[in-house]
Amino acid sequence: MTGLEAAAKAEAPATSATPALALVDLNKAYGALKVTDHVSLAFDVGELHAIIGPNGAGKTTLIHQISGLAQADAGHILLDGQAITGLPMAARVRKGLARSFQITSIIPGFSGLENVALAVQARLGSSFRLFGAVAREERLNAPARAILETVGLLGRADLPAGLLSHGEKRQLELAIAMATEPRVLLLDEPLAGTGPEESAAVIALLRKLKGRYTIVLIEHDMDAVFALADRVSVLVYGRIIASGTPDAVRHDPAVREAYLGEEGL
Amino acid sequence: MKPLPEPSATAAPPLPASRPGFVRREWLPIILFVLLALLPFAAMLGPEKYTLSLVTRVMIFALAAISLDLILGYGALVSFGHAAFLGIGGYAVGILAAHGFQDAALQVPVALLASGLFALLTGAISLRTKGVYFIMITLAFGQMAFFFAISLSAYGGDDGLTLASRSKLFGLSWLENDRFFYGLVLALLIGCYALTRAIVASRFGRVIRGAKENPVRMEAVGFSPFRYQLAAYVISGMICGLAGVLLANQAEFVAPAYMAWQRSGELIVMVILGGLASLHGAIIGAAAFLLLEEILSGYTEHWKLIFGPFLVLVVLFARGGLLGILARVRGKSGGGR
Amino acid sequence: MTLSLFLVQTLNGLQFGILLFFIAAGLTLVFGVMDFINLAHGVQYMIGAYLAAMFTALTGNFFFGLMLALPSALLFGLLLEFLIFRHLYARDHLDQVLATFGIIIFLNQAVKVVWGAAPLSVPVPEILSGTVVLMDGLLYPAYRLALIGSGLAIALILYILVSYTRIGMLVRAGATNAPMVSALGVDISRLFMVVFGFGAMLAGFAGAMVAPILSVEPGMGDNLLILTFVVIVIGGIGSIRGAFIAALLVGLVDTLGRIFGPFLLRLIMDPSAASQTGRALAPMLIYILMAAVLFFRPAGLFPVRK
Ligand SMILES: Nc1ncnc2c1ncn2[C@@H]1O[C@H](COP(=O)(O)OP(=O)(O)OP(=O)(O)O)[C@@H](O)[C@H]1O
Ligand SMILES: [Mg+2]
Repeated sequence: MTGLEAAAKAEAPATSATPALALVDLNKAYGALKVTDHVSLAFDVGELHAIIGPNGAGKTTLIHQISGLAQADAGHILLDGQAITGLPMAARVRKGLARSFQITSIIPGFSGLENVALAVQARLGSSFRLFGAVAREERLNAPARAILETVGLLGRADLPAGLLSHGEKRQLELAIAMATEPRVLLLDEPLAGTGPEESAAVIALLRKLKGRYTIVLIEHDMDAVFALADRVSVLVYGRIIASGTPDAVRHDPAVREAYLGEEGL
Repeated sequence: MKPLPEPSATAAPPLPASRPGFVRREWLPIILFVLLALLPFAAMLGPEKYTLSLVTRVMIFALAAISLDLILGYGALVSFGHAAFLGIGGYAVGILAAHGFQDAALQVPVALLASGLFALLTGAISLRTKGVYFIMITLAFGQMAFFFAISLSAYGGDDGLTLASRSKLFGLSWLENDRFFYGLVLALLIGCYALTRAIVASRFGRVIRGAKENPVRMEAVGFSPFRYQLAAYVISGMICGLAGVLLANQAEFVAPAYMAWQRSGELIVMVILGGLASLHGAIIGAAAFLLLEEILSGYTEHWKLIFGPFLVLVVLFARGGLLGILARVRGKSGGGR
Repeated sequence: MTLSLFLVQTLNGLQFGILLFFIAAGLTLVFGVMDFINLAHGVQYMIGAYLAAMFTALTGNFFFGLMLALPSALLFGLLLEFLIFRHLYARDHLDQVLATFGIIIFLNQAVKVVWGAAPLSVPVPEILSGTVVLMDGLLYPAYRLALIGSGLAIALILYILVSYTRIGMLVRAGATNAPMVSALGVDISRLFMVVFGFGAMLAGFAGAMVAPILSVEPGMGDNLLILTFVVIVIGGIGSIRGAFIAALLVGLVDTLGRIFGPFLLRLIMDPSAASQTGRALAPMLIYILMAAVLFFRPAGLFPVRK
């Protein structure tokens, strides 16, 4: 794997440390449609790296490939320099790579607390334990409550998750992802469908999380992106057309061209 | 092209009571078990042998239905071949007895082992498929077991195998006593109920329940549901195998018909009829099914003309099965789940 | 001798496969388009057989009987759809299993009440009662040949219907993505009714056609239903082409396996053991086939819905 690691280093910018996550020449096609077209990116430890792009650009599909929900046709994915390409999603999570979903994916019949405690349980292992009421296990509930407190959902912890408001569900998604104790967090439009107040809450939360994890953020809300991101990459028709600091990307002519008329930057 | 590959769990309605009363004390099962325990005394006033034999049979099928509810109700794994385990348990008794091994101390472990192995093997293959395909592949395995039993010409083939007597218990013939046998079956029913109750409330059970509602979410927090589902399938198969041991003893007879697909269908019907994912719903469903059959057939030979439409009406008008009705009567929403 | 035996058995297998196809065609569409598990599809086959027996006895002519049985089977199917099935489309599979299981129990008993518990037999129509010499020393009943022929014809008609007509296009689209079809403004409940009625009629037709060669009795659809499920699962749910190929495959494997299995086994074990093992294995063959297919292709040979 040394060749790969070298390749990953080469993709990374000036920093000498191994990137937290690196994509090396990733490709994927659905029939004739190239949804991921020679994508190479490196994400530094602790940075918040936003990926933006118009609808259908292939952002979600990219997250699917990184998380293992979909497999890339070609290319490599390195987590802390280690190849995770081809591993199933669950194995990647156990290696410290968590994700949230653009379309809320929670367990509606479980309470918010159980949703998060489930993720804690996955991390702690010994899920073949057939006895002992899991609902009363403080070893699972205490960390879950702490995380719910961080995302501001503690007051609603005992409600079935299916009954939470949309914004609360988005927060719960984040809490579940955090509970797996990831090093890298892939967030697919955490603000999708949230109202102004809810989205302000989520943005505040993201600001809190920034620096704690390496975050790959996909988002259409440009104010949020430019307020939060350390770096921004622009994905159009499956290709990365620009990557850099928010300011550099904002003034990049290729980006302006791709975006003008579609969305105001 | 389907532009919506993303998983979502929006389909499942939010059910507040999907945590089946871990905290709240459930009175219904306790009442049920107390009634079952008192029944032999009441039976002495009437046709004792008939009553005991009927209710013993009910409890045995309740045990089988509980085993199915564990994977069907809590794991959404619709096994359409579960009767195979009844047959495996039954044939373990029959075949061993035919070779002179009449003691339950040997028969039960063999039956459990055989059911467990069959479950492990068929489960490992079946669980690769999803949804309807899972239903159908478990059906296929059930049919294989059925035809295999028919081919056992040394053990009666099509006609089955009559036991010379009930199993011995460490050399003693206690099972021949109907009251003792009733008590034993009841004890096993309560034991397995408590066991499955504990399982669904455990860490393991939480994984099974989560995988039922949203498998993608389970993987996204780091679980591979397959191993857990397979383990649940094996546990379920073994409990059902135990029910088969009891059924063979109750009827003093085993036959391929134990494994017919209609039998598997009946087990599913019992579970849904009582109310899914509550365990005691399975007991109520088995009782309702068998008692209704018994009562109706006492009135008319064409009792199926009533029983069939009854099932249809339950589906159309009584969501959540009999427990669902009970919950609505008590004015509590979802109390049966 | 063995060659002609082989040919006869192959024809028998084909004929069985075609019978399975009639039933499977409707079931796979109902399943594929409506996502509806209809256990009662087998009793519709039984009803077809009983109707044919009744009308043949009434008119004294099998073809008149057939002509009357078909629309009656269709009407019966539509009646069931109207009374019960349409209330189940939106339910989950378990509710569908429970309700249609209830229908099986009811109808199996109802035919006993109406037509008696004893099996009915229907004479083979006069003009098809002879045998046909297919080649030297190979005789085959004309009626069974007619059955195969009509089966192939119907398969062809079905293929054309599904491939080239508007309703066929809707059916195909429905099998791939039903919500989309209904979002496009197609009256999905009408489509469902048509598909359902058509499936019921095909099953009824199958029942009517076999009435002269099998005994017409209560429960005759039960085991066939399971075989039909095997067929549509092997073929891929919702795929007519898959159902056709899988039906022939199952028909041939089942028929030939029963006859030639013991022969083949004799090569590797002594005769009595071979015939015993052969008899044991033969009925399991198709289930083994199905498990194997699903092992390698979890959505059948011709998956429709991706
Ligand atoms: N399973 C699939 N099969 C075929 N095409 C697909 C599949 N999944 C996605 N696509 C197509 O790939 C393209 C990229 O989709 P993707 O969901 O990744 O876009 P996106 O950038 O996340 O868009 P949005 O901003 O709307 O979320 C789209 O054209 C979509 O239709
Ligand atoms: Mg997206």
